[in-house]
Amino acid sequence: MSSAPEFKNPIVRWIDYRLPVFSYMHEEYQNYPMPKNLNYFWNFGALATIALVLLLVTGIVLAMHYTPHVDLAFDSVERIRREVNFGWLLQYLHANGASMFFAVVYIHIFRGIYYGSYKAPRELLWILGVVILLAMMATAFMGYVLPWGQMSFWAATVITNLFSAIPGIGEAIVTWLWGGFSVDNPTLNRFYAFHYLLPFVLLGVVILHVIALHVHGSNNPDGIDLTGPQDSVPFHPYFTAKDSVGTGVFLLILAALVFYAPNYLNHPDNTIPADALQTPAHIVPEWYFLPFYAILRAIPDKLFGVIAMFSSILVLFVLPWLDTAKVRSARYRPLFRWFFWLLVADSILLGACGANAPEGVWLILSRAGTAYYFLHFLVVIPALGLLETPRTPPTSISQPVLATGNDPSPGAQASGGNQ
Amino acid sequence: MAETAQAPETQGDDETKRDFLILATTAVGALGTALFAWPLIDSMNPAADVLALSSAEVDLSSIEEGQSVTIKWRGRPVFVRRRTQAEIDEAGSIKIINLPDPEDDAARAQRPEWLILVGVCTHLGCIPLGQKSTDPRGEFGGWFCPCHGSHYDTSGRIRKGPAPKNLEVPVYTFLDDNTVRIG
Amino acid sequence: MMRASLFGLGTAISIVFSGSVYASETPKLPAQEWSWQGIFGTFDQQELQRGLQVYLEACSSCHGLKHVAYRNLTALGYNDEQVKAFAAEYEIEDGPDDEGEMYFRLARPSDHFVSPFPNDQAARASNNGALPPELSLIAEARQGGADYIYALMTGYVDPPEGVDLPDGMNFNTYFASQQIAMPQPLFEDGVEYADGTKASIDQMARDVSAFLTWTAEPYLDERKSMGFKVILFLLVFTAMLIAVKRKVWADVK
Repeated sequence: MSSAPEFKNPIVRWIDYRLPVFSYMHEEYQNYPMPKNLNYFWNFGALATIALVLLLVTGIVLAMHYTPHVDLAFDSVERIRREVNFGWLLQYLHANGASMFFAVVYIHIFRGIYYGSYKAPRELLWILGVVILLAMMATAFMGYVLPWGQMSFWAATVITNLFSAIPGIGEAIVTWLWGGFSVDNPTLNRFYAFHYLLPFVLLGVVILHVIALHVHGSNNPDGIDLTGPQDSVPFHPYFTAKDSVGTGVFLLILAALVFYAPNYLNHPDNTIPADALQTPAHIVPEWYFLPFYAILRAIPDKLFGVIAMFSSILVLFVLPWLDTAKVRSARYRPLFRWFFWLLVADSILLGACGANAPEGVWLILSRAGTAYYFLHFLVVIPALGLLETPRTPPTSISQPVLATGNDPSPGAQASGGNQ
Repeated sequence: MAETAQAPETQGDDETKRDFLILATTAVGALGTALFAWPLIDSMNPAADVLALSSAEVDLSSIEEGQSVTIKWRGRPVFVRRRTQAEIDEAGSIKIINLPDPEDDAARAQRPEWLILVGVCTHLGCIPLGQKSTDPRGEFGGWFCPCHGSHYDTSGRIRKGPAPKNLEVPVYTFLDDNTVRIG
Repeated sequence: MMRASLFGLGTAISIVFSGSVYASETPKLPAQEWSWQGIFGTFDQQELQRGLQVYLEACSSCHGLKHVAYRNLTALGYNDEQVKAFAAEYEIEDGPDDEGEMYFRLARPSDHFVSPFPNDQAARASNNGALPPELSLIAEARQGGADYIYALMTGYVDPPEGVDLPDGMNFNTYFASQQIAMPQPLFEDGVEYADGTKASIDQMARDVSAFLTWTAEPYLDERKSMGFKVILFLLVFTAMLIAVKRKVWADVK
């Protein structure tokens, strides 16, 4: 559809003829048509990639100084902070970068839910995204174990122990995961190996995710397809410029964390070396796992708690088929919008529950929150598609502009309106 | 959106301003990226604790005349030898122009009595023999490398064999008569 | 609608996660003022030197400081000679020698602080089974950091009516279970400061809290000063990026 670009540089032409990287970049990241009505919530995919690259780069350099042995790991991390040139900066960037990665990805996911980006023909794009989320969670979990603090050790013990809930083969699986009879050196070593590997697997899935995206192009806040060139602008310079702004803000927030509150998101107990004979008063995971932790502990039965926790992510895989609505974007689905914000509030509530011991009012709230979470996806979403009367989306992205401005034709009217 | 009509000159000005802004922003961005890259690169340089161990102090009072001691410095062996007068005389007596790697003995030892050398053969890195009294010393009374047969004299200079250069003399300072700091 | 929702979201998040992210159990700590707080905060070298003295005289017989190397003390304002002399007051195990025996030698600046006990078991044996924690990271390993250490040092009081203390335990207002195995470590004039400052319990508690905050994060000064420059740079750069974006998008719609 686009004309093959004529590169002036002979070296570029020579390479491109044999491996069309330059044509590819030109087509996919320069000329690529982007809906012109995207808002800043469309920045978050690019921000997630930046966060991933940051983690990869700091991670590789940290790996040059870290020792994955139970007797040496904790001290090696302290050594990085104190002795290695800029070691403290790299370690803080890596740990806080991981938090930023999750923050950005969660907003990215909620954007997808709000605007119906998971709907046809982007179901596989969405599914790849959920795979990325799972890979992120596995990577982050194993990464947190590496400093071998109290929380590292006990989080590893609690989470690996979950697999013993599987009937019959559970115990054998746990022993296999541990490489022993408890979390110990074999476990730490293999977690390090996987923590190094998974980010590159993640990178591969991200590439597939972006390839899938480019097949049908980005969704947009109106949730309607592009009708022609007047609806779009080329990726460069419009979205290179816009994504750069988002990147600047992202880096500012990251810098504020790294330089002025580097341990705010860290638990003090993880600055105590791991002790297999002493359990911390409250075992809590990092903030980005808190909602799932709340769901796990809301169910009194061990096996069903594990099933509920994994199901809370598995339900995302089938969201494209749970949502029966014909209209994509929540802009034109007023009832859906209320339930969307209810879901957001529910997620935050579950996060708060995860930070507290599962007793008293917190237990009641986590059960209510868990119940609503599954109710939302399994009952509310399918029902809404059938029962809700959505507003009419505009016929094209450019239409509201034409209507409010210069188009005198009788059929044109600005519908929906900007939120 | 209605476009304000602009005179061609001001339109050109606008474009120049925009180009300058983009250029300036790109330059600042490149600077920022370089500033970010520096800690990543510098972190690979020796860390503070490695640098702290980069010098070693040796107590010379227990070394007798004719005795050699090997100490570990920066991960490599260092030969500290208290030379006998005969060894000193021999080291100074030959014509250096005939040597494979000409060097004056006076340039290799701050105090003639004390010879301090990095004990790594300059050929392919084996540790030459000659520190212990039972070791072979080679044909020139200094050190002999068993790997490929390099002979070093009483000043640690290469005399015979495949090694191209004399044994390296590290940077050292005498803190007092009984203590030397290497590195 | 969007803005209102986002505002509500932000409020909800900050209420839920106010203070620290995790629920804590220690009694409400009174907040103290420290020289390193704030965007431009730095350590006070004199305070750190006094804190070092308190650590050496009141704490080091039971508590180690193994992550700190003697050469790190130059950050407190001591020169290389002073650090070398200080290190040489301690003996550290080294070896094996040529006979295969371990031996003791004088500590050098490159060595780390010698611990009072060779291992945890010896520490417990000397302290009725209780393990005095290593203090290098204590300010980071306890909720409240320096505020907590200060509160703990000054929180020793007589047990209130009806509270029965088991043998060997002491009552402390701010310790988690309020029963702590460590007896009160600081007493009026317990330390004779080199700079002549009056050694009240409050003074010593503040100084040692500051010192232990330094041991936990000796790079704090560098972190904050770099942070200021980085954030300033990013603010300017982001402003430029916003200007570019607006110029690029000026002709759309």
